[in-house]
Amino acid sequence: MSLLEVHDIHTYYGKIHALKGLSIRVEVGQIVTLIGGNGAGKTTTLNTICGITPAAQGRVVFDGQDITRLPAHEIVRRGIIHAPEGRKIFSRLTVRENLEMGAFARNDTDKIARDMDYVYERFPRLKERITQLGGTLSGGEQQMLAIGRAMMASPKVLLLDEPSMGLAPKLVEEIFNVIDYLNRENGTTILLVEQNATKALSIAAQGYVLQTGLITHSGTGEALQHDPAVIEAYLGGH
Amino acid sequence: MVQTTSRSSFLRLGKDPIQTFLYLAGGALLLYVLVVALGNVAAGRYGLRDFLQGIVLGLAQGSIYALIALGYTLVYGVLRMINFAHSEVFMAGAYIGFFAINAFSQTPESGGPSFLEQNTVLALLLTIIVGMTASSIIAVLLERIAYRPLRRAPRLVSLITAIGVSITLQQLFLRLFGGGTRSYPVVNLCFEPLQVPDQVDRVCGTAMNLLQGRYRLPIGEQEIIVRPLYFIVFAIALVLMTTMWFIVQRTKVGKAMRAVAEDKNTASLMGINVDRIIVVTFLLGATLAGAAAVMFAVYNPQVTPFMGFFPGVKAFTAAVLGGIGNIPGAMAGGLLLGIIESAAPGMLGIPSQLEDVVAFSVLVLIMIFRPSGIFGEALTKSRA
Ligand SMILES: Nc1ncnc2c1ncn2[C@@H]1O[C@H](COP(=O)(O)OP(=O)(O)O)[C@@H](O)[C@H]1O
Ligand SMILES: [Mg+2]
Repeated sequence: MSLLEVHDIHTYYGKIHALKGLSIRVEVGQIVTLIGGNGAGKTTTLNTICGITPAAQGRVVFDGQDITRLPAHEIVRRGIIHAPEGRKIFSRLTVRENLEMGAFARNDTDKIARDMDYVYERFPRLKERITQLGGTLSGGEQQMLAIGRAMMASPKVLLLDEPSMGLAPKLVEEIFNVIDYLNRENGTTILLVEQNATKALSIAAQGYVLQTGLITHSGTGEALQHDPAVIEAYLGGH
Repeated sequence: MVQTTSRSSFLRLGKDPIQTFLYLAGGALLLYVLVVALGNVAAGRYGLRDFLQGIVLGLAQGSIYALIALGYTLVYGVLRMINFAHSEVFMAGAYIGFFAINAFSQTPESGGPSFLEQNTVLALLLTIIVGMTASSIIAVLLERIAYRPLRRAPRLVSLITAIGVSITLQQLFLRLFGGGTRSYPVVNLCFEPLQVPDQVDRVCGTAMNLLQGRYRLPIGEQEIIVRPLYFIVFAIALVLMTTMWFIVQRTKVGKAMRAVAEDKNTASLMGINVDRIIVVTFLLGATLAGAAAVMFAVYNPQVTPFMGFFPGVKAFTAAVLGGIGNIPGAMAGGLLLGIIESAAPGMLGIPSQLEDVVAFSVLVLIMIFRPSGIFGEALTKSRA
């Protein structure tokens, strides 16, 4: 049994049929990546898993339990944490308050304090800006805060939606290092959505290629990196 | 759609005849007020004494407005909705509070003083708590029954619902309890440590009567009339507002409120139960309104099912004046409106019964010249 199983889900926005029977599996301790062009349905997939846009049909099973119809805040309590597309930092909350919100569902005060120290250690730039409002941070700092905030939730599965979007190459490098580190050192299971497919596949155990609401290819990160069709469409091959 | 909000207001002048008319009318009113006020001051008809008198009275009245205004602003901040039924939430506090204080004022069958006379401070505190509780219950039911099902409906729908709920509550109280006027009993509270030997009170003698007493306070050559009650109301309001500020700024639930106000989806991704936070928001606002209602009724003793209207509209004005959705704005707006309302009639040489007209004029003028209020983030921007 996989930690997270998505079975044949269909999700709609009004009449728009965004996910048309999509299935993926995420094993414990893996990084799994979901790649695909703009509008393919990557964000919708993550939103369906975390309860923001529940599936009209199909099932999401986490740790053996059906979570398809649970409200988003209940799903968070089970340990699925979503760092959404566009970072979505609370711009009028301070850096510290943003991190505290990440730990909202937890009650283990001592451990929360330790996790916060850990986030500051990992992202010293955030520590220098503890009392600054989220909205005043640079794009890169906001992305660190978004990941830090997700770390504060002590995730079992971390859903990351385009964490490298709009960042300078050096920061992209840093973000990928952190993702790899979280997985390697903390054993956090990660479902990573990325436009930067090459990089994503290089750190992923498993990959899925999504096109207009359907999975078109899947395989190990390694295999997809060398799949001619994937190279052609997503890895900038000729 | 044509977007003109980013242009300066002067560009709009001449393009939109209604806007132009409003600017001119508003400008004329402001000019008139300024000329008359300066004239009265120059002629010595309005001086420092009158101004201080206005401030003392205005701060008490204004702190009541501020407490109610916070309810409008908190709900607006979180739901982007004007809860027009908030005035009835206020009314319910005063009304149910009446039943409590009325019961406390009954003389026991064995004779002797009533609970209210014997234990005045405790009885009043209990009345305030009853008022707060009544308002809270009404507000929570209101949110649950009327607003929550419409959360995703267009704004106009919840606006109309709010007005409907407002009328429904008035009628409900009218049918349940009858239309007759009820009055809070006159309560005296003699405070022995403060002696005012030269101004003897009918009930308390030389001791200060904290609730009913009126005292002359010399200001230079002249004097103003002060009621200790004004300061008590102001002090209680300050304590309540400070507590509320602390809750919103420092506690976990307060931070969650601010997160929900900013972005509900992302808040739910933090594990925040958005519905519950919205209930807490209504609850906080209603608690303040209930306390305000009982204090209001202690010095405007008549309670009716329709008593919420004027304080409600004025508190709404205060919230808009300070910038709706802005918490310090509601506090400042309330105090400012209270002062304007009690100072303006004297300053303009108009009868003090016209203070309601003053408050409404303030509302109209803000709407014309600065819809975003004093502390305003623009209304339109936060709605986008
Ligand atoms: N809020 C929405 N309302 C209507 N359609 C939407 C909404 N969000 C996404 N869509 C549509 O659903 C499809 C999938 O979008 P999305 O999941 O955001 O793709 P991706 O993240 O892969 O770029 C697109 O066709 C998009 O236009
Ligand atoms: Mg997307």
